[in-house]
Amino acid sequence: MIEYLRRHPEKVAGPLVEHIELVLITLAVSLAIASLLTLLAMRSGKVSDVLNNIFSVVYSIPSLALFALLIPVTGLGRTSAIIVLTLYNQYILLKSFTTGLREVDPVICEAAEGIGMTDMQILTKIRIPLARKAIFAGIRLAVVSTIGIGTIAASINAGGLGTLLFEGLRTINTPKILWGSVLSAGLALLLNRVLKMVENRL
Amino acid sequence: MPVIQYIDVCKKFAGSSRYAVDRVSAEIESGEFITILGSSGCGKTTLLKLTNRLYDPDSGKIIVEGEDISNVDPVELRRRLGYVIQQVGLFPHMTIKENITVIPSLMKWDKRRMDERADELLELVGLEPSEFRNRYPHQLSGGQQQRIGLARALVLDPDIMLLDEPFGAIDAITRLNLQNELMRIHGGLGKTFLFVTHDINEAFKLGNRVMVMNEGRLLQFDEPHEIVRHPADAFVQSLIASARSQERFWKGTV
Repeated sequence: MIEYLRRHPEKVAGPLVEHIELVLITLAVSLAIASLLTLLAMRSGKVSDVLNNIFSVVYSIPSLALFALLIPVTGLGRTSAIIVLTLYNQYILLKSFTTGLREVDPVICEAAEGIGMTDMQILTKIRIPLARKAIFAGIRLAVVSTIGIGTIAASINAGGLGTLLFEGLRTINTPKILWGSVLSAGLALLLNRVLKMVENRL
Repeated sequence: MPVIQYIDVCKKFAGSSRYAVDRVSAEIESGEFITILGSSGCGKTTLLKLTNRLYDPDSGKIIVEGEDISNVDPVELRRRLGYVIQQVGLFPHMTIKENITVIPSLMKWDKRRMDERADELLELVGLEPSEFRNRYPHQLSGGQQQRIGLARALVLDPDIMLLDEPFGAIDAITRLNLQNELMRIHGGLGKTFLFVTHDINEAFKLGNRVMVMNEGRLLQFDEPHEIVRHPADAFVQSLIASARSQERFWKGTV
């Protein structure tokens, strides 16, 4: 394994960097969309239920199937992967955001309303700061899940650590398989740990 | 001109068979200390929340300082009316100073003005500014928290204060202190107070006039001694009788 790394450092580092890129882009797009959807969901319980139902259905579709479904639409490559990963993240993020925001003590929100805060001010000054732990926990879960499902994105030529795994499996190259699995698992564990530490400080 | 007018105000909640507030009409003059007395579910809190548009009436009108409040933006109205609730509802992630000046900071007051106002209000509610301004709500006792709730409600210097059982969850001794201080604050500021309570002694002690409510109706609205002398109906009579029997207990004649 070490031997393989010494001989082909670029074959390990390249996919790792690609993978991290994939996770970061997906996270940015996911957060932007989830924030908008959360705003919509906070306005009415009905919208919230509909969105939750839609994304729980999407979430239950196996990732390989969803990747395959998108190929005719957006083709092979990274864009399709980011779309699929973003769709999965919406379930995790929307659920944790709305639950966290709704669980803020209603007495506190009523006091905020009663002293003359607008709905938007109650959201940004009261609900979000008080729900920050739940919000951050949702982001952490989304990151870990993206790292995992992201390996399967290699099946549609999106690059990343999955390429090591798939190539290794095809050519029965044990060092490749090991590097693919160790790095993807390691990345997930490491980021989970780091984000958990940040979360506990909040 | 009355500072608040209720004109035939009715409010029924979805899914309820009876009116929470039923044809209430009343006029409140500037500078009065009005207490609204009734048992839970009588509509007293609803009437208060109709006044700052946390609820809107099904019919009838509420006039505040000459304006029909249905035409006033709720946020603007609420900033003109101080609001204090029983559970206080301080913001746990903000310091005491930040709690008091949360609305001024949204209105972009400058920092010096906010600091001065916070200190001024802490002194008014009897808490040493240097000791309390940078603490967090959980470090305060229930009575101290409610003093902060009062300071927060006073920050924009509203002419009218709405107080919803502010001392309901506070022990008897602290409660007595707070009642006395509230009367002192009312006397010094010349504001109109609307104070909801289920405690007849509190209502009669604090209010220069008392609204007695039951099942959404305003049964009697008069000065305490007038209510005692001429109770409007059997309900008011029984209310006074129950307070009297308590009094006899303290005098040792029961």
